[in-house]
Amino acid sequence: MKKDESALISHQRFSRRLFVKGLALGGVLSTMPRLLYANTNDTRLGSAPVLSGQEINLVIAETPVNFTGVTRMATTVNGSIPAPTLRLREGDEVTIRVTNRLSVSTSIHWHGIILPYQMDGVPGISFRGIEPGETFEYRFTLKQSGTYWYHSHSGFQEMTGMYGALIVEPREGESIQADQDHVIQLSDWTDEDPMSAFSKLKVQSDAYNFNQPVVGEFLQDASTLGTSGALEKRKMWNQMRMNPTDLADLSATTFTYLMNGMTPAGNWNGLFNKGERVRLRFINGSSNSFYDVRIPGLSLTVVQADGQNVKPVRVDEFRFGPGETYDVLVDPQDDAYTIFAQSMDRSGYASGTLSVRPGLVAPVPELDPVEWLAMTDMMGAMDHSAMKGMDHSAMKPAIDHSAMKGMDHSTMKGMNDSAMKPAMDHSAMKGMDHSAMKGMDHSAMKGMDHSAMGHNMETNPLETPSQTVRHASTEYGPSVDMRVDTPRTNLDDPGIGLRNNGRRVLTLADLRSVTGVLDDDRVPTREIELHLTGNMERYSWSIDGLEFGQSTPVSLHHGERVRVILQNDTMMTHPMHLHGMWSDLESAEGDLLVRRHTISVQPAQRVSFLTTPHDFGRWAWHCHLLFHMDAGMFREVVVS
Amino acid sequence: MKPVTFVKRLKPLTVIAALVMSTSPLLAYAAGTDANTAKAQGGEAPADARDPHAYSDGYTLEKGPYALGGPRQLKLADEHKFWAILGDRVEYDADSETGVFELQGWYGTTFDRLTIKLEGDIADGRLEESQTDILWSHASSTYFDTQFGIRLDQYDEGTDRQWLAAGLQGLAPYWFELDMTAYLGESGRTAFSLGAEYELLFTQQLVLQPSAELNFYGQDDIENGLGSGLTDAALGVRLRYEITRQFAPYIGVEWTSKVGQTADIARAANESVRDTRYVVGVKFWF
Repeated sequence: MKKDESALISHQRFSRRLFVKGLALGGVLSTMPRLLYANTNDTRLGSAPVLSGQEINLVIAETPVNFTGVTRMATTVNGSIPAPTLRLREGDEVTIRVTNRLSVSTSIHWHGIILPYQMDGVPGISFRGIEPGETFEYRFTLKQSGTYWYHSHSGFQEMTGMYGALIVEPREGESIQADQDHVIQLSDWTDEDPMSAFSKLKVQSDAYNFNQPVVGEFLQDASTLGTSGALEKRKMWNQMRMNPTDLADLSATTFTYLMNGMTPAGNWNGLFNKGERVRLRFINGSSNSFYDVRIPGLSLTVVQADGQNVKPVRVDEFRFGPGETYDVLVDPQDDAYTIFAQSMDRSGYASGTLSVRPGLVAPVPELDPVEWLAMTDMMGAMDHSAMKGMDHSAMKPAIDHSAMKGMDHSTMKGMNDSAMKPAMDHSAMKGMDHSAMKGMDHSAMKGMDHSAMGHNMETNPLETPSQTVRHASTEYGPSVDMRVDTPRTNLDDPGIGLRNNGRRVLTLADLRSVTGVLDDDRVPTREIELHLTGNMERYSWSIDGLEFGQSTPVSLHHGERVRVILQNDTMMTHPMHLHGMWSDLESAEGDLLVRRHTISVQPAQRVSFLTTPHDFGRWAWHCHLLFHMDAGMFREVVVS
Repeated sequence: MKPVTFVKRLKPLTVIAALVMSTSPLLAYAAGTDANTAKAQGGEAPADARDPHAYSDGYTLEKGPYALGGPRQLKLADEHKFWAILGDRVEYDADSETGVFELQGWYGTTFDRLTIKLEGDIADGRLEESQTDILWSHASSTYFDTQFGIRLDQYDEGTDRQWLAAGLQGLAPYWFELDMTAYLGESGRTAFSLGAEYELLFTQQLVLQPSAELNFYGQDDIENGLGSGLTDAALGVRLRYEITRQFAPYIGVEWTSKVGQTADIARAANESVRDTRYVVGVKFWF
């Protein structure tokens, strides 16, 4: 086994120290879960073997794993979970041969890599898939650098083990200086057949939610808020038949959360020497789990998002969804730290240890309490008609003040802006409940510059994203359980469960691409508005109320600069991944912020990004929560 | 057509219409109880609503530039068919040594399904009576399905009946599970049944489920012991423990009462009118 691993690890461009450490880690890992079943065909777990060079061979097969005491078959690449880490070099043309030893068709998608569409690996869109026994040759030139990943785009294979890191080293040398470099891939494992889990959600969509409101909570609320207050708090939820703790479709009830293929008990261990600066490449390769990541005792300097360098920003914690990556730098001083990644629904966590030598541990934090989704997650920013009829004393606990703060950022600040005029909804303002918005800056309102409004009427309205909500005609049917008329556009909300938690949490508003990344400053020539939709009760997910099978492609013109507005008309956060081109996130004021390949859109949020399709072909565009994608929150894009 | 026959034929239709009319406030209620929720869910698309195909330039998943050609290969779960079998009640009353079952099964897509509802009473090891609804179920609003099909009644002692069925099943505001169906039988017979359930979670696994059921018949059916009008009402409370979400044993009590002429018929036949049953049972689905 060890021999195989060392053969897989490339000697080129790899420090001796890292090489040795890789072996040592392999040795530690091979004695752990392996004791349960000493079988040479077992899946290799832990830090993945590294493959590099311009020619790479990958073999897809079923191999056994045992995360829970039960042996199950996983779908693996070269027999490891995570799949081998590919270390490639910017500018190189690479040939990757993928051989299918499964009994079903497979594929590999290179997540975030800009390449010809035939190489993108989505069966039925980019190519026909890789049939059993077949070898498919991927060949493309790397036009970018950074941390990316790859995974199967066939069925639920990604969920059963097919995910690995893809690191592209900058051709001109690394601008981010670090002494140690660890890939940390988070994922989720279920012993269930994924399709059977999906079928269960079709029957009972809250089957995996064990944080549902109970009678005792109501009685508690009744004693603090009064009976009417407790009823008010639940009124909207009950009327709309929605669950305030609907934060994840699948929970720790079925999932074992993994860090580099290791359970919390297996405790993945990354090493450093005192005084070293450590780069951690976090990849959320999970099927259905948002993670909230922190390392108690260390602040994290985020230097890269989705493979693209960002201006360093120091935080204590970040949330990321399936598909997203963040590179962070840490300067550890102690001997051991826990890398703690709790699932967004607070049902469980993945964890590992960063330490100066193997075997050390640091305390593992408790899971944070489960928080109810706030009114802001349901109604967006300015739904005052909703507030009018409500008991404000009861509203207080439900209202999220950080979201309120965000409100005056986006809307109030923007009022000095010309383009706010069409968006400013005076009828909505009338009903505004000022008592509930202590944090609102009234002076800013007073200072509203009316002359500027008139003056700027001549500017191109496409300089800023439209704030006029336009629901699709197909959003009025049984496939949609919520339409948001007053979405929030602020990006400085870390999201449910992270607001005011006493830690500095990364938000989209904190991210700024470094100079040179955002290379297209043209004003878009048109806007595309799409709404993320679903019906939780029926467990259906869609875009504009149309599941994939009912949809038509979004047609983009080669080389055009186009704005995409995504409005989330659901109560879940959706990591939206657009293949084949970048998503340049902008603020509500139309300022370009950061280049992403996956943008998580929060409930009742409206975000916009600009894109320039440089590559012809058909591309996939979907929510990267695997079950949402498979349920139909998926669009095809044609670039012609 | 003689006027008399016409009236006779019209009557059941009128009754059905009346029943549908009488449930329409319920429908409105189901759509949302105040302006807010009504605005956020369901409703009619305004004339100026955005066309979801406006960005397609006329291309489809099968046709247009760079399409792979041939029949579409990528089909996701929205085009798959699923199935489920739900045992809502499978219970036994030790006092009377009788059993009751209520099963539902469906097969189909998210929005269109074949639904079969089966309920029956077992006494002395024999199926005393049973009712089978075979319905096409179509998602008509956010939380409700309209259902059309047939119902087959089987009586061990009595006369079997066949009906046409039209109903509505779904989730009303405040999480009430509703199931209401109007029936049209031979020689102008009509019937209507209404069931409601609610779930109260004491813990994540201990759930109290109150339920209520009402049955109406348009005409006397002496052979089957039914008088016209409201025939019977049932009120139940069941406390279950979900060992898993899919398997939950329960204990419960159910009060049933025959009403009006049906009660008179029962009294005349020396049968009990009211009944309290203490039951143990199991709720399951797969």
